[in-house]
Amino acid sequence: MIAMLSGLKKDLASGSAEEYLEGLFERIEKSKLNAFNTLSKESALERARKFDRSPWGGLLAGVPIAIKDGISTKGIETTCSSSILRGYIPPYDAHVIERLKAEGAIIMGKTNMDEFAMGTSTETSCFGPSRNPWEIDRVPGGSSGGSAAAVAGGEAPCALGSDTGGSVRCPASFCGIVGLKPTYGLVSRYGLISYANSLEQIGPLTRTVEDSALLLEVISGNDPRDSTSAEKGQYLAGVRESIAGLRLGVPREYFGEGVDPSVEKAVWDAISVLEELGASWREVSLPHTKYALAAYYIIAMSEASSNLARFDGLRYGKRMGEDRDWHTTFSKVRSAGFGKETKRRILLGTYALSAGYYGRYYLKALQVRTLIKEDFERSLADVDLLVSPTMPFPAFRIGERIDDPLSLYMADVFTVPINLAGVPAISVPCGFAGRLPIGLQLIGRHFEEDLLLRAARSFEEATPHHLRMPEVA
Amino acid sequence: MITIKDVEHIGWLASIEIAEEEREEFVAQFNSVLDWFHQLDEVDADDVSPTYRVLDLVNVFREDHVLPSLAQEESLKNAPKIEAGYFKSPRIV
Repeated sequence: MIAMLSGLKKDLASGSAEEYLEGLFERIEKSKLNAFNTLSKESALERARKFDRSPWGGLLAGVPIAIKDGISTKGIETTCSSSILRGYIPPYDAHVIERLKAEGAIIMGKTNMDEFAMGTSTETSCFGPSRNPWEIDRVPGGSSGGSAAAVAGGEAPCALGSDTGGSVRCPASFCGIVGLKPTYGLVSRYGLISYANSLEQIGPLTRTVEDSALLLEVISGNDPRDSTSAEKGQYLAGVRESIAGLRLGVPREYFGEGVDPSVEKAVWDAISVLEELGASWREVSLPHTKYALAAYYIIAMSEASSNLARFDGLRYGKRMGEDRDWHTTFSKVRSAGFGKETKRRILLGTYALSAGYYGRYYLKALQVRTLIKEDFERSLADVDLLVSPTMPFPAFRIGERIDDPLSLYMADVFTVPINLAGVPAISVPCGFAGRLPIGLQLIGRHFEEDLLLRAARSFEEATPHHLRMPEVA
Repeated sequence: MITIKDVEHIGWLASIEIAEEEREEFVAQFNSVLDWFHQLDEVDADDVSPTYRVLDLVNVFREDHVLPSLAQEESLKNAPKIEAGYFKSPRIV
């Protein structure tokens, strides 16, 4: 059985949290999806038994949740799917984990991801790729691929991921579920292991939009431990309201060359559905879109080169053999501990920030970032939301792109501009290409998640795509 | 153009030893990625101010009270090498 959060909460009112959780663990242990790195089976079952004996309240009372392995969980191994962090057991919880626990949720375990969230396919994980439940030889997307595969495959009712350049929305799109990237600053990054800290946000992966609103309600809000943290709004209260009168913008740069025809068709069909629901649409232009990928990768790699300097085997993580001098010891640890893509990004970021190149790469990318942000501000002054494909194509085969970094980077063309601008966006299922799901991306103004969720919920209610389930072995 | 020598130098700056067999591959990949980055050269952005953060931040002040922090034992728990309550590093000089 695949339970939706709302449905699950009803189940829990009559049934047993322990039995439900045991069912999920059985499914995971037989699974071929490789969605989980670590299961916190004993502590989760113990908490479920306690809940059954004397149920507590809270927005997520008794609800199991899977957590991306880049989010710190006290007492549960947290690796970022990197061998440099294997065995690391955080001594504290991330802010979002504290919030989940405070609202009564049960942490099931940690999900697979691209190493340090650097990827679009979950293939750069040191634990091997996760698999797409719709077609087992295809990628689930990335970098939060384990979280998406677990939810789509019925191994967890909901999950958290993180989105630096599409890492929640891409796997949501490839796996046929709902993925939300909140406005930069809405969800505290305290305890999220940094990759590119000016771009990333933690976000929910769920079966339904209402579940997404529920999780956002729980994880958002001010936290003094994140200096970029903002105040939250209300997400559940208005989620069922109508979208009559809503003005949509369709960015012309997000269609055409490079976009699979099945994706274009599904997105235009979705726009017609939104029109029937009372929204109007017009074409808009985001003229700097074609520069977003290069600007994103320069900024992300530069920030990564700085953020990942902390992994040296001194305070945590891998340390090998006899110590030699400082530089040699750490260079060997980092050489053995990081995978290829992580090394590529650190090295290219180091180069982009090095003397003589800073202006040409990093500074230039930040200037282009301003132009991209202004594109969004201009278009969202005239319309309420933008509508586009989440990914230009459905899930590709495992191994198809991994040897050519540039071809993988290109897959992020419609997701990275959103992180550069810091605006919120959601991916919802809007159709299928054969057996493979297609995602619709809705993009809003800063801190207008309420409107984004309402539009996504209206669309979901009017369409059957989210009800289709993969036949997972 | 990036050369093998450049890759070695970047590896030194980033404290990542690069194996002999990885060097050629990185040279080729870095050159193709950098070529692709150069598309930004065509954007006229000299007068545009850079965006480091997407949202305007205000300074947050608080009283200078001492709050509990991680205990020493907890802080050292994940360290591969410790001695007398300290992290043990390789020698620096």
